[in-house]
Amino acid sequence: METVSTTIPNPLTIPEQKTFIDSIIERNRNKPGATMVVCTELQNEIGYLSAPLQEYVASEMNVPLSSIRGVVTFYSFFTAAPRGKHSIKFCLGTACYVGGADQLIEKAEQVLGIKIGETTSDGAITIEACRCVGACSQAPVITIDEELFGKLSASKMPKLLKKYQD
Amino acid sequence: MTLIETHENLTQIHKQAVLDFEQKRSSPDFQIQGSDELKAPTEKEVRVVLRNSGVIDPYDIHEYIAKDGYLAIGKALQSMTPEEVIDEVLASGLLGRGGAGFPAGLKWRFARGAQGSPKFMICNADEGDPGAFMNRLLLETDPHAVIEGMLIGAYAVGSSQGYIYCRAEYPQAVKTMIHAIEQAREAGLLGNNILGSNFSFDLEVRMGAGAFVCGEETALMSSVEGRRGEPRPRPPFPAQSGLWRKPTNINNVETYGNVPQIILKGAEWFASMGTENCKGSKTFALAGDLNKPGLIEVPFGITLREIIFDVGGGIKDGKGFKAVQTGGPMGGCLPEKYLDIPVDYKSLTAAGSIMGSGGMIVMDEDTCMVDIARFFMEFTQDESCGKCVPCRVGTRRILEILTSICNGEGRGGDLELLETLCREIIQDSLCGLGQGAPNPVLSTLEHFRDEYEAHIYEKRCPAKTCRALIKFVINEENCTGCTLCAINCPVNAITGERKKVHVIDPDICTRCGICESVCNFNAVDII
Repeated sequence: METVSTTIPNPLTIPEQKTFIDSIIERNRNKPGATMVVCTELQNEIGYLSAPLQEYVASEMNVPLSSIRGVVTFYSFFTAAPRGKHSIKFCLGTACYVGGADQLIEKAEQVLGIKIGETTSDGAITIEACRCVGACSQAPVITIDEELFGKLSASKMPKLLKKYQD
Repeated sequence: MTLIETHENLTQIHKQAVLDFEQKRSSPDFQIQGSDELKAPTEKEVRVVLRNSGVIDPYDIHEYIAKDGYLAIGKALQSMTPEEVIDEVLASGLLGRGGAGFPAGLKWRFARGAQGSPKFMICNADEGDPGAFMNRLLLETDPHAVIEGMLIGAYAVGSSQGYIYCRAEYPQAVKTMIHAIEQAREAGLLGNNILGSNFSFDLEVRMGAGAFVCGEETALMSSVEGRRGEPRPRPPFPAQSGLWRKPTNINNVETYGNVPQIILKGAEWFASMGTENCKGSKTFALAGDLNKPGLIEVPFGITLREIIFDVGGGIKDGKGFKAVQTGGPMGGCLPEKYLDIPVDYKSLTAAGSIMGSGGMIVMDEDTCMVDIARFFMEFTQDESCGKCVPCRVGTRRILEILTSICNGEGRGGDLELLETLCREIIQDSLCGLGQGAPNPVLSTLEHFRDEYEAHIYEKRCPAKTCRALIKFVINEENCTGCTLCAINCPVNAITGERKKVHVIDPDICTRCGICESVCNFNAVDII
């Protein structure tokens, strides 16, 4: 999990976000196996599942906090702290690994001045390693937010990253 | 979308869809979004599961219907009993495409015969093996084939609710599937009393959240139930006690994708492809050091050599073949001498690898097999759910030993220790992840033992990959002083003036190899 120097905001204190959170819980409350569905939607829409948010979901859905925390810590897609504005993921599937994914990571670390798993101090970019995104014929690949970039090399990284450095 | 309420409706709409399809294709403006992952089939390939991929618009149900879509469920509902459907699928010899190769018809029979209600259908679309993207492509290019396969299975099993569990790394596949389900629902092909029959079935997509172990069926069900994706011992098998402890049938995306055509064209047609024990065709994701990587579909029985050299176009940059990795992180690496075995579940297992779901990574002579074993162990160690000790602790111990060997700190006796550890983990782990995790280590130990020994006893990496055992130096004769390496070095380890020979400082250099890959003059040597 990435380290963030600033304190984690509490989305429940922001009225619009709270309404939004309530609507997600309400919509899925009666679904069988709702915990995963609610956590996934909250992660996608709010961006993270902070400790107070986990407690709120547990009490609203009437499940033990341990179940929510258990789910959030088990799955790598859930984070307790916000990611940067742009999320850059380096695929570490076999084809990308053999194709030199580590070179891309080292270059990005140099350009952005952060290590893998960290967020830039301006909150613009988070870089992470991720599991195979299934675009192996274009290896090595990275994803920036929802977009995929393939057949990359270390020398192409500075120009590509520049677009996302605010 | 018009509601398709009866078989007559379906026949009419099919006729119209065929006409519309032809007309659309004859228009000069027509364009279908191509994909460089799936090319036109070569001579040795077939198109069974992928017959519609790249041919139809996945966002238009009419296009699928034009290609005889939903006629198979129509046929099943109109003229076949559930038992007859199961018999047909059994007779076709369709084996589960997720990796285990269990007869799909038999699975359906168990679920049909199981006591308990309701019964559930699950499609395992948690394609987590690194290097595999067959299921993603099928979901994205022919989603209705998967829906129809599940409908037929649900009719056979007696289920009215299904789930497609798709990994979160595949947002496009999730989007396509959700859209296709909505269209099928609007058309009345999902929901109550499908085509005027008593059969009702509906589907929902559930998303994974980045846990590889959820591809294991019991872990997957635990995740659908909203809990941590931890496996549980089998028996009881899902057919007896699955999702919410109810009888559940779970098959892979590709397995369902085959079903409509088996019902429509008959078991005999399907069984005419493949080998004695292994019928039909299989999709493979070809990747690695190949000239033509991408998705392929070939009949079972084809040899690895034909796949790699004929379909895949051979090794890139004129280099030599070293190994092919099949079956993902639970699979193995096979050297040249196995290239002529026929590809089916039994032969690959006998050779010390597995079929798995169909990932195939080809590695050239520059690949270090010890490093590859370490890479896979890093993966399984990280993805181990932690429930059982052999997998949780054992994979970590293996990784430590492999890492020390790669770092030039291997000791005599390490290889024997690895073998003992591997055998114990295989024997004592709870689920397929732990039972398969040692396979990459064992297969590389068997076929590439000399490489391990070079690392341990000579402190040398023959493939020049392991960073602790190599050094990058500038070749003074070739260096033109173009500065490209210095510009690209991520740690500023290279110094030198323009048009003068550069120097790499070995104390700063991290051995990432970027300088070697950017140099246009072959002026970076690895020693």
